[in-house]
Amino acid sequence: MARERHDYDDIPGTFVFDAERSRQGFGINMFCMSLMKEQNRKAFKANEAEYLKKFNLTPEQTDAVLKRDYNRMLELGGNIYFTAKLGATDGHSFQHLAAVMTGASQQDYAAMMLGGGRSVEGNRSRSGKNASSKSIGAAAGKKPAAAKRKAKSKSAKRK
Amino acid sequence: MKRVARIVAGIGSSHVPAIGAALDNGKTEEPYWKRVFSGFEKSEAWMRKTKPDVAIIVYNDHASAFSVEMIPTFALGCAAEFPPADEGWGPRPVPVIKGHPALASHIAQSVILDEFDLTICNKMEVDHGMTVPMNLLFGKVDKNAHWPCPVIPLAVNVVMYPPPTGHRCYMLGRAIRKAVESYPEDLKVVIFGTGGLSHQISGPRAGLINSKWDKNFLDNLSKNPQKLVKIPHIDYMREAGAEGIEMVMWLIMRGALNDKVDEVYRFYTVPASNTAVGHIILANRSRAARKSAAKSKRPAGKIKRAAAHAKADRVRS
Repeated sequence: MARERHDYDDIPGTFVFDAERSRQGFGINMFCMSLMKEQNRKAFKANEAEYLKKFNLTPEQTDAVLKRDYNRMLELGGNIYFTAKLGATDGHSFQHLAAVMTGASQQDYAAMMLGGGRSVEGNRSRSGKNASSKSIGAAAGKKPAAAKRKAKSKSAKRK
Repeated sequence: MKRVARIVAGIGSSHVPAIGAALDNGKTEEPYWKRVFSGFEKSEAWMRKTKPDVAIIVYNDHASAFSVEMIPTFALGCAAEFPPADEGWGPRPVPVIKGHPALASHIAQSVILDEFDLTICNKMEVDHGMTVPMNLLFGKVDKNAHWPCPVIPLAVNVVMYPPPTGHRCYMLGRAIRKAVESYPEDLKVVIFGTGGLSHQISGPRAGLINSKWDKNFLDNLSKNPQKLVKIPHIDYMREAGAEGIEMVMWLIMRGALNDKVDEVYRFYTVPASNTAVGHIILANRSRAARKSAAKSKRPAGKIKRAAAHAKADRVRS
C-alpha cells in the first residue's frame, strides 16, 4: 500500500518517523536495538547478512543496512536514534553519520555547524513554502521573489 | 496553616548527549565545550541557593528504556530509583537517580483523574535526556556520591510522530502543578523541561539550526506561553528541525508555573555537536507575596511586583 500523504512530506531532506514508518521499520529498529549488547555486536560483525535474518527485514531494508545507506534506512522506517547504534557499532561518531546523511565530508559538516548550522532559509519546503512561520510571532517579513527563487534552488533535495 | 508542596521554578535546558560525553571525558576546559559549560555556571549557583526538595524532570528517552516495542506518550517514573542506562558505551558515570515514589504516585493519581492517561513506570532506566540537564544544573557529581535531591522522571514520546501537542503538554503541566499543590508535605519542587532547541540530526537536512526561532521561543516562553501552545507540529519540524519538535516538552514545564513568572536567567549558544543549546530559568513569584496580595486592599499587581523584586533569587546575566 502506498504511503499516506502528510503535510510534513513537504519538508525537504527529512523522513519523519511516524506511526506508519514505526511499523514498517520495526525490524530495522529492533536490529539496531540488539546492538546495545556486546555479544550481538560481535555476532553481527562476524556475519552481517546472516545476523540480519533474525529480524525479518525486507530485501530493501537488508540492502540498506548492509550498504550503510542511512537515508534509505530512515525512508524505510529506521529511526535516527536507533540507526545511530549501528553507526556506533562501526566505530563512527554521530557527527560522521550526520555528515554522511547530508552528503558532506565530516570536516565540512563540522565547519557548517561551527558557523551556526544549516540555515532554514531555502530549506523549509519542497513546494516553495519558504516564508517563515507566523505561529511563533516572529517578525517574518516577506522575502523578495528573487531571493525566494534563489533560496529554493539551494534547498536540500530528498535523495 | 496547612503545609503543601509547591513548585517554585521551572528550568528549560537542552540535553545534547555530547555535553555528557564532554563532561565524562574531562573536556570541559576545551574552548569549544567551555563556551557551553560556562553558560551554566550561574545556573548551578542558582540551584545551590534554591535547594529544591524534589525535581520533576520532563525528558525523552532515546531508544534506551523504550524501543519500538512500546511507545508511551507520557510515562511517569514512580520507582524508588532509576539507574543510568547503557547507551552503547557503558552507563554514564553518574550516581543512580533516587526517585520520590510517594509524590510521584500522588501526581499519577491526580493527573489521571484529571484525564491525562499516564503510563506508570515502576522500573525504568534513564538516559542522557535526563542526566545531561541534571549535570548542567547540579554540576558534576561523582558516581559514588549522591544527587542533591530526588527526581521524578516524566518521559514524553517525541521520537515517533506525532508527539503530544504543545497545548496538551501545557495542560499536563497545569495538572501536575495542581497535583503538587495538593500533596500534604512542605516540599520545594522545581520542574525541568528538556530537549531542543532547534536541531535536525536525521536525513539530508541534518544540521539545521534556526536561532531566530529559538529566540522567539524563549521570549514567548517567559512572557506569552499562550502563543506557543498554538504552534502546530509542522511548524516546529519545518522551522526548528525534525528533532526540534522536542521543544514541546518545555511547555509541560511552563504549564506547571504561574501565568506570570520572573525570568531569572537565560543562555543560548550554537552549536553543541549538532544542536542549538538553549537554557532558561523561570521563577514563580513567592507564595507569601501572592497571599499578601490576595489579602491586602492594595492593588495586587503592585504588591506582587514588589515582592518579586525583593524575593526572587535573581541572577544577573
